[in-house]
Amino acid sequence: MSNGVDVGVGARGVGRGPVATPARRMAALARAELTLLGRSRSTLLSAVLVPLALPLALRSAVSQMDLDDVGLSVGLVMLPASIGFSLLFGVYGALVGICTARREELVLKRLRTGEPRDAEILAGASLPVVVTALVQSLVLAAACTVVLDVPAPEAPHLAVLGLLLGLVLCAALGAVTAAVTRTVESAQVTTLPLVLLSMTLSGVTVPLELLPDRLASVCALLPLSPVITLVRGGWTGDLSAYEALGAVATALAWIVLAVFAVRRWFRWEPRR
Amino acid sequence: MNTDEHEHVIEVTGLRRVYGGGFEAVRGIDFHVGRGEVFALLGTNGAGKTSTVEVLEGLAPPSGGRVRVLGHDPHAERALVRPRTGVMLQEGGFPSELTVAETARMWAGCVSGARPVPEALGLVGLDAKAGVRVKQLSGGERRRLDLALALLGDPEVLFLDEPTTGLDAEGRRATWDLVRALRDAGTTVLLTTHYLEEAEGLADRLAILHQGRVAAAGTPAEVTAAQPSRISFELPEGYFVGDLPPLSALGVSGHEVRGRLVRLRTHELQRTATAVLVWAERARVELRALDVRPASLEEAFLGIAREASGAGGSGAAGLGSESAPGSGSERAEERVV
Repeated sequence: MSNGVDVGVGARGVGRGPVATPARRMAALARAELTLLGRSRSTLLSAVLVPLALPLALRSAVSQMDLDDVGLSVGLVMLPASIGFSLLFGVYGALVGICTARREELVLKRLRTGEPRDAEILAGASLPVVVTALVQSLVLAAACTVVLDVPAPEAPHLAVLGLLLGLVLCAALGAVTAAVTRTVESAQVTTLPLVLLSMTLSGVTVPLELLPDRLASVCALLPLSPVITLVRGGWTGDLSAYEALGAVATALAWIVLAVFAVRRWFRWEPRR
Repeated sequence: MNTDEHEHVIEVTGLRRVYGGGFEAVRGIDFHVGRGEVFALLGTNGAGKTSTVEVLEGLAPPSGGRVRVLGHDPHAERALVRPRTGVMLQEGGFPSELTVAETARMWAGCVSGARPVPEALGLVGLDAKAGVRVKQLSGGERRRLDLALALLGDPEVLFLDEPTTGLDAEGRRATWDLVRALRDAGTTVLLTTHYLEEAEGLADRLAILHQGRVAAAGTPAEVTAAQPSRISFELPEGYFVGDLPPLSALGVSGHEVRGRLVRLRTHELQRTATAVLVWAERARVELRALDVRPASLEEAFLGIAREASGAGGSGAAGLGSESAPGSGSERAEERVV
């Protein structure tokens, strides 16, 4: 620092940047978060590589299932499963780690002193992983279509709707889970319940159609179930309007609940 | 200094702040800061400085009372206030894997009318570190980066929570120069500090907080004027305080004796000092460790801490190791609003 500092205040407003709009603020935060994503080997591994590798591991298990009875094929299980992995690891798991890390580094608290609103801070932080997962889902869907001979989707709008609801829901659930996650390391534990529950009972790896009816109807209410139902239904075209609406309503209910929980319980600074 | 009513950039009236657990960190304080003034909040650990500043920054609503920054409620009307304020928290937070320039660019995107990033980094002498990751910065460099971000939006009001903690002497002086230059250019500055020389040298006016209340307020000269000066010395073997002339006749307002050490407090320093020295000369007594000290902000501060510890507080004068007052678990209970 120099003495006799010229602080340039006289030029207030001259040669200065534009007014910060919400879009501009979120873009600035998202850009920084994208840079950080590129530098975090562990996040890249779990958010990008795991969702791409898991379907390979799942394939032999799926081919053992009795899928013909319920009118499904290996491809029609694998495709929604891949999207489920992308949502769970690429968005949910990654965001728990990101929100926890930024909170513990006091970044969130520092950001809250500025112009960005709370929702903008969280949206900016989520944007890179959400977009990454969206691209990942599209790549996986295309790969399944080519490799596993999945036919073109019968009701693509349902699949798209399911994916978008899933992205929003998993982002919100990630922020909720971060509230109970003390350190980045413990995120591996705190994310397990939802990941395991979704993999086994939300139709990600085992289609709900293969479960006993009564269990299946309960499992249909789990957070990720409507997302998988919509994606699979979008490809098979088997979903009635009533079933589709039910799934959308369930997903929306979870989103409302998750957003409420974030507003109520999200932590902006570390516990001391 | 413009003390015109309309020029009160910061107004605090009866501010109270109560945390989730029922702990009352701020118990009804009043002060105001005029445009272009540097105002310092001093206080012991847990005095309520940071709790007060957080309300002014708009991070939390007041539990009671009223706060206005630039004429607006900083919490309820944040959109009107935030573009015109700059904040430096006690502990800044930046992603450790971003470089200095990337951090500043992110912040610039969140600020209306941002200075160019190199200009902001130049103000705090960090331009040479633009490409360095935040995790590789020293504690002092991190404080300066924090200050650069607070200055990015060319704020009218600047909140600095312990801006020089962790800086070396040179960095501290440079920050002081910067704050003075900002003040001269019309920026209003509210800072907290536990360095008394910082408050004395930098602040136009100050308030000493103690246990959530304003214990003393005014210009540094006004605050110190209310305090006694101090004379201390050691009496040789065989002499006692009683051997001195009657203390009240010397203008002494209070005294302490600890072993051989005698400490006198007086509002008439010259008269008391002269009388003591004349007595010593006549009695042929050598006063060892003679120390004559005019009233200072430090004396004022210690006086307040002393009153407090006398009133049951324990070691309230812990100046050196200030952490975040009120940053206990209570504050972590805050939520998104």
